[in-house]
Amino acid sequence: MDVRLSAEQRALRDAVAQLVDRLGPSSVADLDDTERRAKLDAAVAAAGWRELRAPDDAGQPWSSAVEPALVAEELGRGLADTSYIGPVLAADLSRRSGASFQAATGTAGAVVDLTGSFAPVEGEAEALSALPPDDRARYLALGLALTSADLVGVMRGAIQLAVDYAGVRQQYGAYIGSFQAVQHLLADAQVAMEGSRSIALHAAWAVDELPADEALTAAAMSKAYCARAARPVCEASIQVHGGIGNTWECIAHVFLRRALVATEWFGGVGTNLDRVLVGCGIGAGA
Amino acid sequence: MNFADSLEEAAFRKRLRDWLQVNTPKLPPSSTSDDYWEAQADWHQSLYDAGFFGLSWPKEIGGHEMPTVYEVIVDDELAAAGAPPRPSLGYLVQGILHHGSEDIRARLLPGIVNGRDRWCQGFSEPEAGSDLASLRTCAVRDGDEWVITGHKVWTSYSDQADWCLVLARTDPDVPKHKGISAFRVSMNQPGVEQRPLQMINGITREFGEVLFDGARAHADDMIGEPGEGWRLAMTVVSHEREPGELGYVARYRKLVNQLARQVAQDPPSYGSEQHRDLAWAIVEAEMLRMHVCRRLSDRLDGITHGPEGSVDKLLMTQVEQAVGHAAVSIGGALADDDTWLRVYLYSRAQSVMGGTSQIQRNLIASRILGLPAT
Repeated sequence: MDVRLSAEQRALRDAVAQLVDRLGPSSVADLDDTERRAKLDAAVAAAGWRELRAPDDAGQPWSSAVEPALVAEELGRGLADTSYIGPVLAADLSRRSGASFQAATGTAGAVVDLTGSFAPVEGEAEALSALPPDDRARYLALGLALTSADLVGVMRGAIQLAVDYAGVRQQYGAYIGSFQAVQHLLADAQVAMEGSRSIALHAAWAVDELPADEALTAAAMSKAYCARAARPVCEASIQVHGGIGNTWECIAHVFLRRALVATEWFGGVGTNLDRVLVGCGIGAGA
Repeated sequence: MNFADSLEEAAFRKRLRDWLQVNTPKLPPSSTSDDYWEAQADWHQSLYDAGFFGLSWPKEIGGHEMPTVYEVIVDDELAAAGAPPRPSLGYLVQGILHHGSEDIRARLLPGIVNGRDRWCQGFSEPEAGSDLASLRTCAVRDGDEWVITGHKVWTSYSDQADWCLVLARTDPDVPKHKGISAFRVSMNQPGVEQRPLQMINGITREFGEVLFDGARAHADDMIGEPGEGWRLAMTVVSHEREPGELGYVARYRKLVNQLARQVAQDPPSYGSEQHRDLAWAIVEAEMLRMHVCRRLSDRLDGITHGPEGSVDKLLMTQVEQAVGHAAVSIGGALADDDTWLRVYLYSRAQSVMGGTSQIQRNLIASRILGLPAT
């Protein structure tokens, strides 16, 4: 057992981080910059990250599920306003089914999520019902692992935003980040994020490496944990910003909005706790 | 990046699993019964004698110098077998390893690791809790000895300990953090009085207070240099915050397994809230296992701990208290058998012992998030 990232995995993560820092939105106004957004989209496409679960010559996915999870986390952190998880899932479903699937052009929760980053796979439900149970479970596990990773990234971004603000905003002649009430709010957010990161990392690894039913249970545990953590973390980020955090132009709500949609996709706390109980041989409410 | 066993790890896991099949003592859940503490020394010694304790520690003190990740396997298998957790001595060993002289390490550590010498930790005092550096116990030099006077409290297992690691002020004229030294003090001598404290779950053997009134420590039994006591204490408490060091994952998973089995016997007799509490306990315990895998893997790079121990302590606390909530929810507060109630009540101590949750949040804010000081 050695769960350190490999050199290649670290390089991948760093490359995504650099790209999103350069081309991702750094303000709410940036979200309307179609030129920037097109560049980001083109760069993600050119990097080939959306094809990580497409088949290689032997019919196996190009990478484990860990790599797209690392990409999803960094894209979430930087609020990348480009479709990522949908295309990865489409490639995975295409490989498993032998047919060709695409992520929708419209996005899920477009009203809520201002980054428009969640595009469901068209025809997913029908395709899933035709897959063997193990493939179906692993596909669901991938969806849960990737949405978990996005939530981890969103939490990291929301925390950093609030920490930065708490270090510059002054009241009573002191930085608000020096007040224990603010410090403890952010410390709790950091703890929630770190626990999420650990369980999400395992879920991503488990997609291919554990028996299918265990992979699905591991992913459900991760998603329940990350979903429970993400909303209060994003809410705390808004709270630390005070009045400004409740204005449209403060980017804090963009994190919260993205978290709400990432949570809903493949189910949030309740759905996934039920999956956990089923995985442990206890039917929910049975 | 791999959570699975290597061939060597799998072989070790099998050897441990086979051993546990015939060597698992039937003990009540730890920290819920005085019977547990009674039998804990035998368990420690049999685990040690079979080669399953102190895996990552140096060979000269009885360890095996194996990679730290093996501790995860031990915790997995102890939990699966329903065995008691491994003794939580890592923090004491690390404190002495880091700060003790060669002579101290050679004389003191083998007996701690093999379980023949039992130790308690005399840090907190009635007036020095979170503000540990303001402790008042003092040590005064008298020939080849130090004479120790003071009052220690929350001293775990003090009734069974042969020795106490005592923090005492040796220099009252320097700033409070700098005048503290650490000693090994015999618990079996005149001038040492041990009083048990009953915990909120009724047990009397875990918690105690110790009064030193002219107790003596040999000068050779000062651990570290004069004035090094504070740094030693910080090494000890930082390890005391790490679930990987404490072996608590095994404790939590064992309890969760028992709760899950109880519910699985007749799921409809439990309501949706109880199912949900159980599900959270399962998820929290698994989270901690993965988190420990992450931290212990980082150690393979030689990364030693820093402030992230405070994150780990808070995660561990959340797990213990989620398990506690599931225990009282499923066990029922009104049940005649109060085992689960005891598990719940004991869980309240986790957010206090080893540094309160509030202190951990202060440390995270300043040392991890880099928030400004007041």
